Amino acid sequence: MEPIDLELEEGELELPAEPMHLNMGPSHPAMHGTVRIVLELTGETITKADVQIGYLHRGFEKMCERGTWAQVFPYADRLNYVSPMLNNVGYALAVEKLCGIEVPERCMWYRMALGELARISDHLTCTGAMAMELGAFTPFLWFIKAREMLWDIMEEETGARLTHSFGRIGGMASPPTANFKAMCREALPKLIGLMEEGEKMLLKNRIFIDRLENVGNISGADAIGLGWTGPCLRASGVPYDVRKAHPYLKYDEVEFDVPVGTRGDNLDRFLVRLAEIRQTRRIIEQVLERMPDEGPVSVDDPRVMLPEKKDVYTTIEGTIQHFKLIMEGAKVPKGEVYSYTEGGNGELGFYLVSDGSGTPHRVRIRPPCFTITQGLQKLITNSMLSDIVPTFGSLNMIGGECDH
Amino acid sequence: MSERILETLKSRFGSAIFETHSQFGDDTAVVDPAKWHEIMTFCRTELECDMLTDLCGVDYPEREPRLEVVAHLYSIAKRHHVRLKARIGDRELEGDVEIDSVANIWPTANWLERETFDMFGIKFKGHPDLRRLLMYPEFVGHPLRKDYPAQKTQPLIEYRTEEEAGLPLDKQLPFGPDEGMSFGRKEFTSGEGEAS
Amino acid sequence: MGEVTRQVTLEGSQTGFATTRLDALLGWARKYSLFQYPFVTACCGMEFMALASPRFDMARFGAEAPRFSPRQADLLWVVGTISQRQAPVLRRIYEQMMEPKWVLAFGTCASSGGFYDNYTTVAGIDKIIPTDVYVPGCPPRPEAVIDGLLLLQDKIATGDRTPGIIKPREDPASMGNVNGLVQLQKKSAKGDRP
Repeated sequence: MEPIDLELEEGELELPAEPMHLNMGPSHPAMHGTVRIVLELTGETITKADVQIGYLHRGFEKMCERGTWAQVFPYADRLNYVSPMLNNVGYALAVEKLCGIEVPERCMWYRMALGELARISDHLTCTGAMAMELGAFTPFLWFIKAREMLWDIMEEETGARLTHSFGRIGGMASPPTANFKAMCREALPKLIGLMEEGEKMLLKNRIFIDRLENVGNISGADAIGLGWTGPCLRASGVPYDVRKAHPYLKYDEVEFDVPVGTRGDNLDRFLVRLAEIRQTRRIIEQVLERMPDEGPVSVDDPRVMLPEKKDVYTTIEGTIQHFKLIMEGAKVPKGEVYSYTEGGNGELGFYLVSDGSGTPHRVRIRPPCFTITQGLQKLITNSMLSDIVPTFGSLNMIGGECDH
Repeated sequence: MSERILETLKSRFGSAIFETHSQFGDDTAVVDPAKWHEIMTFCRTELECDMLTDLCGVDYPEREPRLEVVAHLYSIAKRHHVRLKARIGDRELEGDVEIDSVANIWPTANWLERETFDMFGIKFKGHPDLRRLLMYPEFVGHPLRKDYPAQKTQPLIEYRTEEEAGLPLDKQLPFGPDEGMSFGRKEFTSGEGEAS
Repeated sequence: MGEVTRQVTLEGSQTGFATTRLDALLGWARKYSLFQYPFVTACCGMEFMALASPRFDMARFGAEAPRFSPRQADLLWVVGTISQRQAPVLRRIYEQMMEPKWVLAFGTCASSGGFYDNYTTVAGIDKIIPTDVYVPGCPPRPEAVIDGLLLLQDKIATGDRTPGIIKPREDPASMGNVNGLVQLQKKSAKGDRP
């Protein structure tokens, strides 16, 4: 028998198939924690994606309404838990804007120094985790080693490695220690050295570059429409940095550049973060030079600051002031305010509504990575399954902040 | 600089702008909910507010209208902020509380409005996909409303019982009466350590 | 290692005994080759990363290898807050693990819900799954977690299934007038009571 020669149409050669539904579940090996992506795949290509968040919703806004203004600090710490000092400073600035308090100069420099150290910690964790998820385990360990040096400084200053709750309305919990500047100056070169080693190792690797370049592209206009801010927006070419556009604390008195990318892909986001660590180092060095070595670090306003312990135990005014501030809370004037700072991921905003009492009426956090995670669906649709890992890693979604 | 925004809004929309203020340097305008979409489109096109920074709700239970939708807009080119508010909803909030969706003006409004719906129950007309975002679909109620008790949980799975666990599962002090540290603890009357 | 007397167990418990040499051998083998499933959700995850890194090295206790499939793991590290939405997921992961399995609650949120006493947090994972060791702290220092890991290893070696909590070694009240803090009158823990 002769074999039959059939002329088939192009379309008939394809077998009819159903798209596959895959669930990248909330318990995920990548250290992001808790995001569920429900995917519809055709082969390896994603046709539809549904990003579901909320698995770490801890009721930050509701808990704030149940305490006093000062009791929000521990909750605020746990929002972006890789850079907790930035959240503390952001919230303290918001309440101070509402109260009309300006902190002493030493406190401003101190807040800047600690905040920028926290920013380095954030960027190191993000880039390290992204490298680890692509298989490069060693740079992750180097970056964590660098982060440990930072956390040693934080522990010396605040008493805790991670969630310090160090900010206070009107200042900080305690003044800088005597060897704060020496420790920072000693740790920074070592830190940057470790970061550069990791960077060299990664950027010379063909596989790493191929997995990140031209993957997860987004244009500047799309990013603005999606509400992106921070390193992700700057990687798409839009040079918006809250520290330059609307300077707060003493950011207008220090010199630093804002790294901006061109293509808006994963590689640009990675490189922008590393470049920002270098700029942050410049900022910290200038801050350490300009920070005065003596002077008060908290404002002396009895409406918001707790008196010294010895006054509380020995004078009646101290006792009453302490009692009123702890039991009833600082009486913040009535009104509403929106205060924004540059968090690790972008514009971290706090919208506070006060009804004049010691308990907040509404504390709304504007989480930078909430709007960034919203863009994930757009980035991964029509790309391959394995592109989700570097794309999601480069967005730096922090569960505590995204789900508040 | 930004006073001009409020003036521009007032001159363009007249009576739809109920009140304005610039407390603490933030320009705020309370607008008519029926003109929400129109005013937002104006801000996007004429005032060049290309970024919707935030959209949230606030509950004022003592007041009627009770719920307030607050939107913060920002212009990257012109560097100005403006806050727009709209007041909706009656005291009891029994029916649907609705306002127009701005998801077709800024894509970021998609999730921001879903979250506001989840937390306050405000429905956005014209939203492409209005469902809960932070809470699970089986959750009943809207947690950030002032009348939702903060500690009322709605568990998805059954908790273990004490017989099954073999030990008390409510929060209690972990150490026995003669163990651990003595400060900060209540006096024990018997072997059971029950924290009140 | 293996100082069973310095551990704390909850009241009403009975310690199991490793009665045969085979059991002792199995206990030894299991405790030094734990395959962990890191169920990481929140801030404690950062301390978990620090624990896995060279400074606080978990690998020296044999507990390095993470297995991201519950079928291949025997120690479930619940790291961070578990919300009501996440609870069925945790239960399912626990049920998918095969015996023998242990659970370590890392952090205060996993142990008791922490200060998130609200509509969305599960007040402690023991409401959902049986837990073997609780490591409190917000987040706990890596040394505290290693303490918990060693406690768990002792439990595995002796076959003890009762839950335990790590305990601070030194009572802060007995340290004297530290850093100029006003020291209140100390009540002794033992001896005053009948």
